[in-house]
Amino acid sequence: MYGKGLRPLSIATVVAFAVGFSLVFFYAPLEADQGFIQKIFYLHVPLAIVSLAGFITGGVFAVLHLRTDDRKWDAYSYVAIHISVIFAVGGLLTGSIWAKGSWGHWWVWNEPTLVSFLIVFLLYATYYPFRYAIEDRQRQARYASVFAITAGAFVPLNFLAVRESASLVHPRVFATAEGGLPGSMMLTFLCAIVSMALLWTTLVKFELSAKSAQGQLKRLRRALDAPSGPPSSRIAPEVH
Amino acid sequence: MRTVRALLGKDMALELRTRESVPAMALFSVTTFVIFHFGLDRDTVDGDLASGVLWVTILFAAMLGINRLFVAEREEGGFDAIRLAPIDRSVLFAAKAAALIIYLAALELVAVPIFALFFLDSVAALGPLVSVLLLADLGLAVVGTLISSMAVNSRARDLLVPLVLLPLVVPLMIAASGATEPLLVVGGPGYHRFGTWLMVLGLYDLIFALVGWAVFDFLLED
Repeated sequence: MYGKGLRPLSIATVVAFAVGFSLVFFYAPLEADQGFIQKIFYLHVPLAIVSLAGFITGGVFAVLHLRTDDRKWDAYSYVAIHISVIFAVGGLLTGSIWAKGSWGHWWVWNEPTLVSFLIVFLLYATYYPFRYAIEDRQRQARYASVFAITAGAFVPLNFLAVRESASLVHPRVFATAEGGLPGSMMLTFLCAIVSMALLWTTLVKFELSAKSAQGQLKRLRRALDAPSGPPSSRIAPEVH
Repeated sequence: MRTVRALLGKDMALELRTRESVPAMALFSVTTFVIFHFGLDRDTVDGDLASGVLWVTILFAAMLGINRLFVAEREEGGFDAIRLAPIDRSVLFAAKAAALIIYLAALELVAVPIFALFFLDSVAALGPLVSVLLLADLGLAVVGTLISSMAVNSRARDLLVPLVLLPLVVPLMIAASGATEPLLVVGGPGYHRFGTWLMVLGLYDLIFALVGWAVFDFLLED
């Protein structure tokens, strides 16, 4: 049932990316200061924004899990955070490349957005050892939800604190992304962000349907007394 | 309110008799100052370096107490007793956070004067520093209680607390050291953006106190 609508969604994602990247390379003008390296902005910023939105979505799913006590929402929350962590790695790597290309360093401490993003990533990276440390499945699901809610509340707070600290010593030299974008860049950027959000949704759905298929296979095997397959992951929730 | 007081009284009596958390935290902080002295090779520190030394030491000393906060409950069946008692479970959260605040205040009563003795030229900054310490203690206490209560029921108790707590308290440390830095510069305490940082600390405390209070119930269900 998780596979429903997966095919149109995947096609929509591919189309959106094709349109988005053609806009990036053939339509959006070259940025006067930075030149070609600025194009990575259409990959980096959507990756970062979608992963942050994904973290918060994971927190919302966790609230639903605690309220309804339905294990399904724990799986949603786990998968949302899992995919967002992968997106966050992509965001950090592309950010690093961009920093090297445009400012000459692989890492800059006085760019608050970058630093806050790193802290958020470090926090969510502990989600896996955290789940792994709790053996009882039900308790694991509940504690993971508490973690996801706490971390979801942490995301905006962290951005506030890091931004304050940066403006203490350094003025914000790098203008924010949106501010003064010309129309053609803005359109391309919006396209890129929509395609990235579509990709995130597709991957989440795909992962959920794979997990659900695995769970069904396991139950069938058990019912038929067949030898069970490879042991399932100890941290990923089971989907029914 | 009465139940909070009763649970808090239980923790205080336990700590006064066994003396297992606060003395260890205090001793740890003093030793850390000595190590900082040799590691930095400095007789006095000021400004950002001073606030860094102070906050890193307090944070790591606090971690010792946070690690042990729920150990007695786990080992002696205190969690079951709370579940059986006809009380709101969030009461345990409030009582434990209050106990942790008291531990941290006791730690700082020892650690901060010794820090001043070892590293500072003047003690003029210690007055305003109290407000920063109190707000940071509150934040450390609510987040620490939440993480500690989860970690104590896991396989990797003493691993999980530092792992999850450190990234969570980064904003708290940014704000606390941001407020402390101008206080400890050479030439008397300064108050550059002091109010902003206290507000960030207060916001952090408020948000995590509310989150902890709201979700603590689910951690005790079984």
